[in-house]
Amino acid sequence: MSQQFKTEITSEHHLFDLHIKETFQYRDLIFLFVKRDFTAQYKQTILGPLWAIIQPLLTTLVFTVVFGNLAKLTTADVPGGYVVPGFLFYMCGNICWGYFSSTLGATSNTFLNNRETMGKVYYPRLVAPVSTAFSRLISFAIQFVMLIVFWLFFMLRGGTDIRITPMLLMIPLLIVQMIMLAVGIGIIISSVTTKYRDLAMLVGFGLDLWRYGSPIAYGLGMIPKKYQGVYMLNPVSPILTAFRKAVFGFGYFNLKYFLISWVITIVVFMIGLILFSRIERTFMDTI
Amino acid sequence: MDELMLEIQNVSKEYMLGQIGGTTLREELQRRRARRLRLEDPTKKIGEKEYTFGEKYLALDSVSFSVKKGERVGIIGHNGAGKSTLLKLISRVTAPTSGRIGLNGRVASMLEIGTGFHGELTGRENIYMNGAILGMKKREIDAKIEDIIEFSECRKFIDTPVKRYSSGMYVKLAFAVAAHLDAEIMIMDEVLAVGDMAFQKKCLEKMSDISRSEGRSILYVSHNMNTIRQLCDRCIVLDHGKVVFDGDVEEAINAYMNIRGNTAETVYLEDLERAPEFSPHPVTMTELQCLDAMNSVYPVGSRIEFNLTCISEMDIEEAHLRIIIKTAIGEPVTMITTDKGVALSRDRHEHLFFQTDISRLVPGRYALSPIIYEVNELGSYVNLDGLKDVFCFEVAQTPGFNNNMLWSSRYWGFFYNQPLCVRKGH
Repeated sequence: MSQQFKTEITSEHHLFDLHIKETFQYRDLIFLFVKRDFTAQYKQTILGPLWAIIQPLLTTLVFTVVFGNLAKLTTADVPGGYVVPGFLFYMCGNICWGYFSSTLGATSNTFLNNRETMGKVYYPRLVAPVSTAFSRLISFAIQFVMLIVFWLFFMLRGGTDIRITPMLLMIPLLIVQMIMLAVGIGIIISSVTTKYRDLAMLVGFGLDLWRYGSPIAYGLGMIPKKYQGVYMLNPVSPILTAFRKAVFGFGYFNLKYFLISWVITIVVFMIGLILFSRIERTFMDTI
Repeated sequence: MDELMLEIQNVSKEYMLGQIGGTTLREELQRRRARRLRLEDPTKKIGEKEYTFGEKYLALDSVSFSVKKGERVGIIGHNGAGKSTLLKLISRVTAPTSGRIGLNGRVASMLEIGTGFHGELTGRENIYMNGAILGMKKREIDAKIEDIIEFSECRKFIDTPVKRYSSGMYVKLAFAVAAHLDAEIMIMDEVLAVGDMAFQKKCLEKMSDISRSEGRSILYVSHNMNTIRQLCDRCIVLDHGKVVFDGDVEEAINAYMNIRGNTAETVYLEDLERAPEFSPHPVTMTELQCLDAMNSVYPVGSRIEFNLTCISEMDIEEAHLRIIIKTAIGEPVTMITTDKGVALSRDRHEHLFFQTDISRLVPGRYALSPIIYEVNELGSYVNLDGLKDVFCFEVAQTPGFNNNMLWSSRYWGFFYNQPLCVRKGH
């Protein structure tokens, strides 16, 4: 014990040894991973990144026809007779949910998908889910631009109540919350699936159910007042309604539920980080 | 120069035997319930050995050593000795069960070729990727990329996706990256086995060179003693998770070769543990006596005479003997078997005399495994007893053999033939 070492590997593990600083030092790797994910995703496709637009566009069209025109579900988050094109309403929900669910789904496979490299070299394991979240963010950005285009189109055409409010400034905060919530849940699942693969089966199915438990295909107005308290405990609901309020300039925003949703997000994210850093040390032995 | 780059103190790694990993939650719950109710494990396969869940296996058993700056340390040991586990721990792929590892600098590990390469990316992109995995900044890699491309001999293909590379090119690029990156500790696990001879030589030279000039420490695992000799200035021998030797390379190689087998005149076989394919064994070999032991060193062109004692639980009409010869590091060389078998009587000590022809074996160390078997009515054979590597011997170079050149088994194999006769004219 005469010499001080730069790195020490021991059998002990501290609960809050989360490698956050180290992950930040590896930002060049995060950048390369994001680039790799993005190029690999659209390699050998003709339309390339256009796929990022086509998918939510088609989903939105289907939603407009099925839930809007056929089922005639309300698209109002609050009563008051505000007019908003159904198409724009569904698009808001779909691109947010699309980002959330794809990030969650991809990060929940972190260990399984990266075991080839992780089994042979060391880098902070957190780099993998973080870069997944960022590479999905590129698609989200493309979709967001598409949303702006349609938003401008409907604004200029007139006949709607859409207006610009200071709420627009909340959008970055909402995106940060979506990232944290999706990555948090994703890394919890990926940590547990190193031993039990069952959960991986549940992810796709669970996300489907969750989608219909969130105000995407319908407005919050669908939910009877007395159940709204419970409904808004779903951490995604306040994010979606706040996002729409920011985009449309009117809608539902309740600070209490918004804060609860943030608390849930932070708790989930912290549990995720702690669990992840615990599992990452020896997951190669059990995977 | 006496700065320690790596220190390993009492490191152990324990693995659980039995079904872990890849199980489903349902199976786990079923097992727990069965254990509580003392039922038979429902997830166990029929005929499988008794349930071993929770049994522990020590892959590394309080290993301690340290590596100084600029040292080139070879690690040798038989399969299962714990070499790969050790490298995994040092490269931080998995964590030790107990003990402490201190690292003074970055570790570049090449546990397998093309670690972290992505097929869709080009060679150039992969260089950046690999560098970044090691924690290097982009501009640090920028400064070295020309050297890397030059060394890899892949300049022509550097902007082609690596999925189109041949395996040789792949290794070359992977090695070039690892050798040029600023890692203070390099870990290599027999990656050189793939490249061509010229490139292998180049790699060894490059490794010696960087460790001398830049004071990098190298840990090199190989079964190829020649490369260990060429590269390393110190060698550690692992056996069953323990360090059994640490020091001079030649002595280490000798120590390594002596781990296996027994060179004594008479080897007692009765109590030796049989491999699963030989248990249960209706016949038990009890003694193998070498009639011309000669300290187990034989000149090229010899034969060895043996007396094998065995006892059978039943009458056997025709028992055959098979002798498998392997090199000391476990590569199979050849097999010799009987033409006509012998009858064994029940419960009687039978003495079998036989002669093993090793006259065509080239100089080197070998291990010999005797197996007794019979051919059943269906024409397939049934093992009666067998033991692995119970007798070790060395074939020594004789003057004039191979024009006094060292025989390189890596390229020429383990057998020599009658000399070529060359005449002039038609």
